[in-house]
Amino acid sequence: MTKTSFSNLQPEYLALVDHNKCVRCKRCIQNCGWGTYSFGGDKILADHSKCVACGRCYTYCPEGAISIVKNPTVIRENANWKENLVQNIWRQSETGGIIISGMGTTFKYKKYFDHILLDACQVTNPSIDPLREPMELRTYLGKKPAKLDLGMDENGEPVLKSKMPPQIELQTPFVFGAMSYGSISLNAQKAIALAARALGIVMNTGEGGLHDDLVPFGKNIIVQVASGRFGVHRDYLNSGIAVEIKIGQGAKPGIGGHLPGEKIGLDISRTRMIPVGTDAISPAPHHDIYSIEDLRQLIYAIKEATDYEKPVSVKVAAVHNIAAIVSGIVRAGADIVYIDGYTGGTGAAPNIVRDHVGLPIELALAQVDERLREEGIRNEASIIAAGSIRSSADAVKAIALGADAVAIGTAALIVMGCHVCGKCNTGNCSWGITTQRPELVRRLDPEVYGERLYNLISAWSHEIQEVLGAMGVNSIESLRGSRERLRGVELTDAELKALGIKHAGL
Amino acid sequence: MLRIKNKFNAERDISGCGLCGIINAKKVKTNGSDIKKAISVEHDRGNGLGGGFAVYGNYPDYAELYAFHIMYDNLSAKTDVETYLKNNFIIEKEEPIATLRTSKIYDHPYLHRYFIKPKTDRQDKLFHELGDDDFVVNSVMLINQNYDGAYVFSSGKNMGAFKGVGYPEDIADFYKLEEIEGYMWTAHNRFPTNTPGWWGGAHPFTLLDWSIVHNGEISSYGINKRYLEMYKYNLALRTDTEVITYILDLLIRKHRLPIRLALTVLASPFYQNIDKMDSGRKELYTALRQIYGSALLNGPFAIVFGYLGGMVAMNDRIKLRPLVAASAGDFTYVASEEAAIKAICPFPDIIWSPKAGEPVIVEFEEKKVPQKGEMIRL
Repeated sequence: MTKTSFSNLQPEYLALVDHNKCVRCKRCIQNCGWGTYSFGGDKILADHSKCVACGRCYTYCPEGAISIVKNPTVIRENANWKENLVQNIWRQSETGGIIISGMGTTFKYKKYFDHILLDACQVTNPSIDPLREPMELRTYLGKKPAKLDLGMDENGEPVLKSKMPPQIELQTPFVFGAMSYGSISLNAQKAIALAARALGIVMNTGEGGLHDDLVPFGKNIIVQVASGRFGVHRDYLNSGIAVEIKIGQGAKPGIGGHLPGEKIGLDISRTRMIPVGTDAISPAPHHDIYSIEDLRQLIYAIKEATDYEKPVSVKVAAVHNIAAIVSGIVRAGADIVYIDGYTGGTGAAPNIVRDHVGLPIELALAQVDERLREEGIRNEASIIAAGSIRSSADAVKAIALGADAVAIGTAALIVMGCHVCGKCNTGNCSWGITTQRPELVRRLDPEVYGERLYNLISAWSHEIQEVLGAMGVNSIESLRGSRERLRGVELTDAELKALGIKHAGL
Repeated sequence: MLRIKNKFNAERDISGCGLCGIINAKKVKTNGSDIKKAISVEHDRGNGLGGGFAVYGNYPDYAELYAFHIMYDNLSAKTDVETYLKNNFIIEKEEPIATLRTSKIYDHPYLHRYFIKPKTDRQDKLFHELGDDDFVVNSVMLINQNYDGAYVFSSGKNMGAFKGVGYPEDIADFYKLEEIEGYMWTAHNRFPTNTPGWWGGAHPFTLLDWSIVHNGEISSYGINKRYLEMYKYNLALRTDTEVITYILDLLIRKHRLPIRLALTVLASPFYQNIDKMDSGRKELYTALRQIYGSALLNGPFAIVFGYLGGMVAMNDRIKLRPLVAASAGDFTYVASEEAAIKAICPFPDIIWSPKAGEPVIVEFEEKKVPQKGEMIRL
């Protein structure tokens, strides 16, 4: 090996095996999707450079013999030339490529949810005990008329004169975010579908078409139409409860997607309707949408194709002018607008976009809700907020800022074992989530993780009920947009203004 | 210093309260002594920082005109407001509201009333074609917001509000209510908790011929307010009562909902009950919640709501505040406490506690008093 073939990049993590504890069962070799471990004849060997700290090996080591530690070898500290910047320079100078990662940004931006406090009742109005009183979380997504269109029946009783526009009924204000078959495995999608059905909520196909195995879950599925139009045909549009046009994604606003040919096996090729082994490239824009009026055409083309029986959602990334953009989308005829903040997840995105483009969902949501109200069209569309909803508290705050429901993506993957290693793009996910390798996929049991997803959303729903009760309201619609119940801490005047909330104490 | 507008920093005004209502379905009039007696029994439900009454049928000679009760902090405000009124309304009559300075109420604003109707050639016609009612509503909001030192108490036809800072029995004496006659009365005793009393904040709150007295705190105030703002209501007062009034105005006057349906928006049935309804009603009530979810009044309340056609009393959807009703002949009484009713009607035909969310509705036209259990089907 000549000197020039050495890499400056040192392993980020060390996979340390305690050989006194190790019984050489080789489970770690089997479990690691990255090929970190091998058997050296008498003991386990670890190639640290392959370790991504996905946590699979030590979770499944029966002897507890493995520990993954941050490589203690330092790159000399420098607050300006931070470690990851130096590493990226080495990486790019060695490869000449764009740096790509999975998951949302790892940057430490301000998390506005963590600077918002909730209100509760004391004395002047009573809190309500959710264990003793009904506490309603049911949510309807879709266009609502501004006023009730009422007629009278023969007995003089009021009846609905015109039918309501189509709605998605959610038993709790959560939906699973769009994650395509291809970006995640079929088993992961099945787990989500099982949970969505049991919870009375919906999942989203992403731009990967609808696998035959998921067709029976249609009532709990939003089918997506994105710029590559993969898997889109008439039956597909009609097989879900709603159709979503994906314009952008929080982790990568303004750019498209790329599922490499090696991941396109027979099953994915059938589902996406493309030849086996070809790259699935979603263009950055829809090539039939170069303006808002084009979006309107696509919305109505889909409504025509689905007989006006399905709400049409439009998913956009939160970008600087988001309020005006969403206003345009609503006026273009969307029934639901899905806004994805910059911390949202992805299967793969260039780091420069993932880490530097977009807006926090809290600010985007607050601005959009306010704008639609100012224009008197807030009822015309429901809003789904997304972009790393990490807990029920985030969900409550998002709803109080104006969201009708929130979307769960990364959190759902964490349920399935994801340790947010951010290497989804490689297809080596040891947990069988973001991989198409059959030996990895089959370890993810849809029933087991379907139940855990159900548990998580149920638990979060109970927590929301507790908070609603503490606030003295017994229906989620009394929290929605009720910013009076929020206060900011450690926020500047500009931030408070953008969020439309007051500082704590006022 | 007198305060007739809310100058406090607080976003909203919270209060606990006592309330009463009397209605005669055949429009037989009584003077104000009964309602005063009833509300005085609920003395301890207030703290002397707000009391008030609404009466209907008290201006039979001017029944076709809007009766504006306006209070002024200073005389220059009166001049300004009167200029606005003269430009836009025909003023048939104006006079000071008769008051009696007592040892209890000695510091008060100047109180004046006007019987007026909008001019047909008023200036705003250049810009839009508002109906008279809408124009009156706009004028009330304009005066309350833009004219410092002036505040419109009430603006309905053949009705009026009499209110101020003090216990309601003292306010009754101050306005000499025993000399006023009406076929429907409501009364309010206020216990504000986060702002000192101010004259404008006393109940009843009125808009056109709606009047509302209210005991409670609307926990959903934040979204109710933002919902109304979408329909260009200006919530200057920051009180729950104002929110309730405007929601009813939106639902009944602007969206033309039958009153019973409008009330089910305020205290909507739970989905668990809606799901059990037959398909037509299920569809209707589900749509009602889908469309008007932001107008649901969540949190504790008991309200008595008067309008030209009658009176409504109701509780929130899980009855977190007291409300008792009774009937005796053509009279129906409602109050926070049974004792208040018994004080003026010791032996009613029937007395009951209305269920959560079930309104007691008494309408003049039907000449009929509701019996127990004979209320809106939910």
